[in-house]
Amino acid sequence: MRYSGWKVVLEGLRGNRGWKPAWRDPAPKAHYDAVIIGGGGHGLSTAYYLAKNHGMTNIAVLEKGYLGGGNVGRNTTIVRANYFLPGNSEFYSHSLKLWEGLEADLNYNVMHSQRGLINLFHSDGQRDAFARRGNAMINQGDDAVLLDQDGVRELLPYLDFEQTRFPVYGGLLHPRGGTARHDAVAWGYARGADRRGVDLIQNCEVTGIDIEGGKVRGVQTTRGVIRADKVAIITAGRSGQVAAMAGMRLPVESHILQAFVTEGLKPVIDHVISFGMGHFYISQSDKGGLVFGGDLDFYTSYAQRGNLPMVEHVMEAGMTLMPMIGRAKVLRSWGGVMDMTPDGSPIIDKTHIDGLFLDCGWNYGGFKAVPASGWCMAHLMATNESHEVARRFRLNRFATGHLLDEEGTGSQHNLH
Amino acid sequence: MRLTCPLCGPRDRREFTYYGAGDYLSRPDPGAPAEAWDNYLHLRDNPAGPTRDLWYHDQGCAAWLLVSRNTITHEITGVELVADRKGGRDEA
Repeated sequence: MRYSGWKVVLEGLRGNRGWKPAWRDPAPKAHYDAVIIGGGGHGLSTAYYLAKNHGMTNIAVLEKGYLGGGNVGRNTTIVRANYFLPGNSEFYSHSLKLWEGLEADLNYNVMHSQRGLINLFHSDGQRDAFARRGNAMINQGDDAVLLDQDGVRELLPYLDFEQTRFPVYGGLLHPRGGTARHDAVAWGYARGADRRGVDLIQNCEVTGIDIEGGKVRGVQTTRGVIRADKVAIITAGRSGQVAAMAGMRLPVESHILQAFVTEGLKPVIDHVISFGMGHFYISQSDKGGLVFGGDLDFYTSYAQRGNLPMVEHVMEAGMTLMPMIGRAKVLRSWGGVMDMTPDGSPIIDKTHIDGLFLDCGWNYGGFKAVPASGWCMAHLMATNESHEVARRFRLNRFATGHLLDEEGTGSQHNLH
Repeated sequence: MRLTCPLCGPRDRREFTYYGAGDYLSRPDPGAPAEAWDNYLHLRDNPAGPTRDLWYHDQGCAAWLLVSRNTITHEITGVELVADRKGGRDEA
């Protein structure tokens, strides 16, 4: 079924009785050309682009829970391309371009809103660093505007500019940055993949990966054995456990990252604001809730909930930056399981096992990467070659020293 | 979350800094091959369930601690001083 404004009007007049499920609920087949473990944003977009760009339609996505029930359903929805390092810059630039055409491509409203993202800076040194970053973004073909304090004041008059700890010197505006509706991205890709013949199999947990003679043969699941010529592990925070089924240890630690949303308010914050020095960032959802988050709790966890010290820290940072939000009531908080790599950059690569591919290590930046991650992973699985914008996301880069340390803090597990 | 420091007693999580997996207690010999160092520095079991990791009591007695924890429930099942281990290394 194709969605359109006319269809909405027509169904409204007919009591909305004509809507059909957006995707099928097929039983797993005995054999697929490729199986994707993980029905989150990255897995679904990989399936979609395998079908659309490479004509591979005899494929399945295996999801142990329900589609989009992990991090793509529990994040702060920010979409941006403001990276500095070669290797990251071209990848996120590619992703943002895909975002800009996503709704037309998927025929699905993902509510992509390019409301502008502002990274605040608080010293001369930080201004220089952001000027360099902005130049790198412009060189990449994206947009960046360096704002002085008056420039920020014009856009965000409600900030506390004179706070003594981190006075606001200015900000780097990324006009094409913004937000999107997190669930809709998963659902849009799921529907798109399903319409091209991909089997989306839910409540199907992979319990083993079959390998014979250094080549992958398929997977064991709670719904039986599935043979496959190619298998992709796209399981975010759970990558370590799934890779262990193939006898692999990954350069990944799973950490908890908390986020928060307030009750719905009238429009008050028109942009995405990032206050890096306070580990705080915020935007306002279309429903009116203030959506904000901070830094990792900084210990490994799969609990999908954090502890109170980081809650307090985030609230303090928010109050420091914009005291006006102090009267807003927090509605709920949640935690996502982040697959953290030592250098803070992701992995899209083959493994030493023929036919087994890996897409993980998205740290706390996986949402904006969903389109390009799927695009590049599909390219890798179909052609056995890394896509040109993802060629530095190698699994062995920690051993070879070809690091992608965007924050410049070092390559060590407790630093990102 | 509270950790019971063997020297200071039960203290708030804020007094401690997480350093990393217990793998850090199994430092390779200086002449070990690069793969051993990659394994030690970067590769992790990253278990969902019981784990052991290193914490530093920086707001307290400045002791290095080996903490046994459950990563799914956040339950702390044991805290011991790294200094009590022979040479500070993992015998396991």
